[in-house]
Order: sequence, then structure tokens, then C-alpha cells
Amino acid sequence: MLSYHTNTDPDSVEVSPLIDVQQLRLRYGSHMAFEQVSLPIYAGQITAIVGPSGCGKSSFLSCLNRMSDLVPDCHVDGQIHLAGTDILHPNTDTLLLRRRVGMIFQRPNPFPLSIWENLALPLREHGNIKRNRLAETIETVLRDVGLWSEVKDRLRQSALTLSGGQQQRLCIARALVLQPEILLLDEPCSALDPIASGIVEDLIVRLRPRYTQVVITHNLAQASRIADQVGMFWVQNSVGRLIEFGTAQQIFASPNHELTAAYISGGKG
Amino acid sequence: MSSLASLRQAKRNDWCLINSLRILASVTALVGVLITVFVLKEALPALQSIGMLRFFGDDAWYPLEGQFNLVPILLGTVLTALGGVAIATPLGLLSALFCQFYAPNILASSYQRLLELLAGIPSVVYGFWGLVVLVPKINQLHPPGQSLLAGILILSLMILPTVALLSTASLGDVPKAYLQGADALSLSRWTTLTRLVIPTARSGLITAIILATGRALGETMAVLMVCGNVVQIPNSVFDPVRSLAANIALEMAYATTDHRSVLFISGLVLLALVGLLVMMASVLGSEEREKTRGI
Ligand SMILES: Nc1ncnc2c1ncn2[C@@H]1O[C@H](COP(=O)(O)OP(=O)(O)OP(=O)(O)O)[C@@H](O)[C@H]1O
Ligand SMILES: [Mg+2]
Repeated sequence: MLSYHTNTDPDSVEVSPLIDVQQLRLRYGSHMAFEQVSLPIYAGQITAIVGPSGCGKSSFLSCLNRMSDLVPDCHVDGQIHLAGTDILHPNTDTLLLRRRVGMIFQRPNPFPLSIWENLALPLREHGNIKRNRLAETIETVLRDVGLWSEVKDRLRQSALTLSGGQQQRLCIARALVLQPEILLLDEPCSALDPIASGIVEDLIVRLRPRYTQVVITHNLAQASRIADQVGMFWVQNSVGRLIEFGTAQQIFASPNHELTAAYISGGKG
Repeated sequence: MSSLASLRQAKRNDWCLINSLRILASVTALVGVLITVFVLKEALPALQSIGMLRFFGDDAWYPLEGQFNLVPILLGTVLTALGGVAIATPLGLLSALFCQFYAPNILASSYQRLLELLAGIPSVVYGFWGLVVLVPKINQLHPPGQSLLAGILILSLMILPTVALLSTASLGDVPKAYLQGADALSLSRWTTLTRLVIPTARSGLITAIILATGRALGETMAVLMVCGNVVQIPNSVFDPVRSLAANIALEMAYATTDHRSVLFISGLVLLALVGLLVMMASVLGSEEREKTRGI
């Protein structure tokens, strides 16, 4: 498998992005959350979205799997192409889209069911999977997220009995059972203690390059550790904008925009 | 003001608040206890002179001749209430699900207003409507019209708002995070509702049904107006029946000595029925909590 993320040489051939966002803007009623956002998301890479609170990061992420549809009075304009198909086209099957583009939320949100059922429910829902295959798949994803050894003896227990970090890894496992191509992670570590946060961060790195990941984070150190590409959002005239986008090396070593430089050096935000 | 002084002030406020809450809570509890004690005390003479068994073993209900068989009345109460609940529960639950998860906002909110309005209509108005509209219709179907069926229909209409509004509230309490998670996994509405929403809201839904049942058991005026009030065990839904509450209302004006005391026993039985319901609710509720703690 070709993994683009090792390819950080700027002179290398241009690879076409897996997701291509063009002139995206989103408003809630009359309030513009962000506008003029264009960026590429490359296959197999981790794209980090950073920026101060309220600059539209979560709103941006919700466009990529059309969760934005579910917010009343939320309007999205622009283009998002996922491998050629237009995500924002009204005829796009959002159920299929959300199987391809999985999402993990800031607060771990396992269902109030057993650990097993949390994973079996989406599996059964999408295709009539056989019983032994079910067990196999569940074991595989739990191993993928490093949870298997911790929960293999308590699969029938409620998922709510897990710790916060375990719950978050279960939610990632739950997204993985549908074999998505892309994972959207909205501040996946911010509700966790430092150790659990480190474990989830390692997991995100381990999932590269099998999955293309878009990660929102407030933690710049984390972004610099895990990201291949970084997008910097900022609020200008109370509207969110993408003020800089580039490889992690470039953004952290020699940012072009003065706000990015200030934000990274901790001077602002 | 020094921070120490303000802390002391805050503590004093807390003390006042907690104690006034304590007093109010005990007053409420005390009123409940006093009513029960009063009913018990008034019922006691009959319990002593007549004995519990005769309420179930006497030939009939002729209180003036000293015959006190409560069974037909008890049955009339339970049948009308259960019938009403059996109709109102599916309607109320389904309409709540529809409003929360399918209906466009305008429809849902206007339906909600309508239910609130229905909940506010006094029972005598329901009874009056039942008497002049419903009863003649049933009479055409099968005389006499004033019947168990009329009682069931009126009660189902009266408790529908209770079931629907309380279910809507408990469905609304289901954490949004579950719904978001389900949407992100593109689970179908059906799966989301049956596997996540309804189990989560279960204890609230059960409470809704139980409160509605309590209301149906105790409803007096409307039932009295449409049920015919004949003391008998009904052979069909078209037969008239009498409920415990109606029994008290009908006879209290001329009841003396033992008869009066027996009416208080009607009240006691009604209290016991409702108490049973409340106990059921708390048992079911605690089972629910066991479950979420993990199996
Ligand atoms: N459902 C909504 N309805 C109306 N306005 C919203 C909604 N969600 C977000 N907003 C507004 O849109 C703007 C962007 O919000 P968003 O949640 O995307 O920011 P964010 O960058 O994710 O912030 P944070 O880092 O705090 O999560 C904010 O001004 C917010 O108030
Ligand atoms: Mg956010």
C-alpha cells in the first residue's frame, strides 16, 4: 500500500487529495460560522485542524460527513469532493457517506448497551453478517484500538462501566467496524486525563496510514506530534477562516501568517 | 466586606434554604400521612363491625339493607381504568415518538399545544360531552349507551394528554450524544428508536403510564356521568358499571353510620390501588437502574 505521509518532500509529484474542499462556507441562520475555506485532505495522512475556540472547526468537520444536515437552520455552500463525488450534492446518500466517513466526538458517547452490543449494533445494521464473522470482526477492531486485553472478559458488561479513555477507544472501535475510509475526530482527547489522552493519541498514530484522519485539537504539541498537514482556523471579523494550511513541518517551523506564528509561539489564543 | 464574612453570610443563606425546604417537604409528607390516617380512622368502624370478608362475600351492594359487596364496583373501576389505559398508552406513546423523531417542527409543536389544552379541560366538560355526544352514539350501537365502553372511551381521551406529554418529556431527555452517535454510524431510525431511545427512556415512559392509570382510577365526575352507575359485574362493554370514586360521590350525601364508614372503605381501596401502582413504578424503576449499571 502506498502511504503518502512519508512523502514530505515539497518537490515531489503532486498527489491528488482524497477530499478536496473548495470555497466552503457555513452559516447558522444569519450567523456566518466560517467562509472561504479551501483545503486538500490527503489519503492516509493525519490532517490536524487547529485554532481558537469558536472559529468553526467543529462546524467544518461536520460538513465532511454531512452531520451539518441535522442542525436546523444550518446552510452549507461550496464544494467537497470525496474521490470525485460531490459530498454536498443533495442526491448524495448520506447514509452511505457516513459509513465511508466515520466520526468520533469530543465526549465519548458509547451507547448504554453492553460493550459487545455497541460494536454489534452497527455491524448488524449494515449487512447480514454471520455470527462467527461478527465475533471475529469485534475482536479485530478491539485489538486495533488496543482494548481487547482489557475488556475481553467483560464484553457483556455495560459500556458505561468503562473509564473515559476506554470509552473513547470503544467509540473509535465502533466507527472502525463499518470499515470507513476516513475518520473525523473532534477533539478526541480533550475530555480525557493525560495518560488516557496519550493512549488515544498513540492509537490515532497507529491507525495511519490505514485510515485518512482529520483531527481537531486544541493541543498544539499534540498536533505537531501526530499531524502530516495542519490547517489553521482563525476568527476574522467574527467569521471563521482558514488562514494557513500546509505540512506540519512548514507550519511549525516557518509559518507564513503572523497570526499562526503568534498562536504557535503561544503569544495569542 | 471581607471574604470570611461573605463566606459566613453564604453559609447562613444555605442554612435558611435547607431548613425551609425541610419544613416544606415535611408539611407535604405530613398532609399525605394525615389523609391516609383520617380515611383509615373513618373506615375502622365498618372494618370492625362488618369485617373485611363481607365486602367480597355479600350478596350484593344494598348499603341501606346492610349488604356491602364491593367486588362489582372494584371491577368496574379497574376495567374502566385499564380499558382507558389500553387505548391511551399506544396512542400517547406513538404520538410522542412521532413528534420527537418524525414530525416537522410546526406540526409537533401545535400538537403539543393541543395536548396541553386537552389536559386543562375540566373533567365535568369531558363528562358532559360524553353524555350528549358519545352516549347516544353508543346507544344506537347497543342500548343503553351509558356503559363500560363509554367510560373507557372518555377516560382514554382524558388520560391521553398525560401519557403523551410525559412520554414526550422523557423521550426529550434521551442524551443528544446517543442520537448523534447513531446518526454518525448511519443507524436507521427504527434501530435508534427501538435499541437506544426507548430503552433509555423506559422508566420515564413507565412512569407516564402509571401516572395516567392513577388518574384513570380516581377520575370521578366524567365516569359518573357516562357509565350508568349500575352496581353489577358487566357481561359486555355495553353494560353500565359503577366505579369506586363514583360510588362515593353518589352516596355520600345520604350515607350514615356503617354506610358512611363503608364509603370510606371505598376510598381506602382506591388509595390501596394507587399505592400498589406507585410501588410497581418504583420496583420497575429500580430494575431499570440495575440494568444501566451493567449486565
Ligand atoms: N448549532 C449551532 N447553532 C448556531 N450556532 C452555532 C451552532 N454550533 C456552533 N455555532 C456557532 O458557530 C461558530 C463556530 O462554532 P464551532 O463549534 O464550529 O467552533 P469550534 O471551532 O469547534 O469551537 P471549539 O474549539 O470551542 O469547539 C460559533 O460562533 C458558534 O457559536
Ligand atoms: Mg468544537
